[in-house]
Amino acid sequence: MKNHVLRPLIVVIGIVILILLARMVIVPKDFGIGQRGYMYSWHRHSNEEDWKKIKVKYQGKEYCKDCHPDKYDSINKTPHRIIQCENCHGPAIDHPSDPPKLAIDKSRALCLRCHYPLPYPTSGRSHIRSIDPEKHNPDMECSTCHNPHNPMEGLK
Amino acid sequence: MITRRDFFKKTAMGIAGAAIPLAALEIVDPKKLFAEIAAETTSVRWAFLVDTYKCVGCGLCVKACKLENEVPYDANVSRTWVERYVLTKKGKLYADSPKATRDGFTDAKIDQGADGLKDISSEGIEKAYFVPKLCNQCENPPCVQVCPVGATYQAPDGVVMVDRTWCIGCGYCIMGCPYGVRFFHPVYHTAEKCNFCYHRITKGLKTACVQACPFGARQIGNIKDPNDPVTQTIRTQRVAVLKSEYGTKPQVYYIGLDEEVR
Repeated sequence: MKNHVLRPLIVVIGIVILILLARMVIVPKDFGIGQRGYMYSWHRHSNEEDWKKIKVKYQGKEYCKDCHPDKYDSINKTPHRIIQCENCHGPAIDHPSDPPKLAIDKSRALCLRCHYPLPYPTSGRSHIRSIDPEKHNPDMECSTCHNPHNPMEGLK
Repeated sequence: MITRRDFFKKTAMGIAGAAIPLAALEIVDPKKLFAEIAAETTSVRWAFLVDTYKCVGCGLCVKACKLENEVPYDANVSRTWVERYVLTKKGKLYADSPKATRDGFTDAKIDQGADGLKDISSEGIEKAYFVPKLCNQCENPPCVQVCPVGATYQAPDGVVMVDRTWCIGCGYCIMGCPYGVRFFHPVYHTAEKCNFCYHRITKGLKTACVQACPFGARQIGNIKDPNDPVTQTIRTQRVAVLKSEYGTKPQVYYIGLDEEVR
């Protein structure tokens, strides 16, 4: 083969080898196809484990039960029993160690999520008792008069 | 007699030849591949069930999702949201989802974007309801097909996930999703989406949105388990999926889905 053919050929082969070498270094060892082949499951398999390691923040009602039995029992006797503690108190994460205190959302906006009047047919919303926030004691926190853990007990 | 030029040439060629990685020359063994595939086959396929009759639009699911999955709370992006549909007696349709419903629906006025807020009297409403939305974890996910680098994929249990270390942020998947559930994560600058709280469901917990919903409008289950309540409902009741004409085979099933829902 003539020199003018051979020289660029060597350069091209060299580049290909470099790319293959770089690929070997960069691509993780567990990168491969799964059950659904190249189209749907061509991925780094250890990423599934990465996602499983994310911290659970919302612990659920039963997590609160042992230390706050009074509140747990009280709310369970009322229509508010369907609401998770963390919906108003924020995610427990590792409470009581971290965070030691949970911020309580006492805003009117929180109660209005359900109790703002929206009489929509074919939605459960129309069955919830509601108030007009502009007429019903504006600028007052709902919990001033109503006990969220026992809304049926009457006004405070 | 070897010249200096020849010596350098042959040395360079020798080194180059030796540097060819063995993996590059490996011929894929089909038997090995099939074994790998068989090892991945699971008895779990996650599916979601939404009852739109039960949803009241409180948005507690969105709040829980954002905090659980560390989606920036004040950024106008969310893995899940709730849409409000109001059809008037005159036949006009209004829909909105203010702030992805993070704070619920606490106003009767409907957010029409640039056209402002639309006030509809309750007498003028023909029908109105709420529709929670989240990733459909399609059986044939178009977002995965378009990923040029293999950063997004379908796990063996059907959940579609994004590898944040591998995503180059090209945005093809965000454009490719017919349901608009993908967005850019403002912190990681990679594609972001609902993954059915993979860290929770794989530990036997419910997703954050399912747990936070006071009304039981959201449920998650294993569609491969015939005794799962979600599977039972999907099999025995009238359910529908979104945009079935796209052939994506979505795995979020809706009770009470109406044709106005997009």
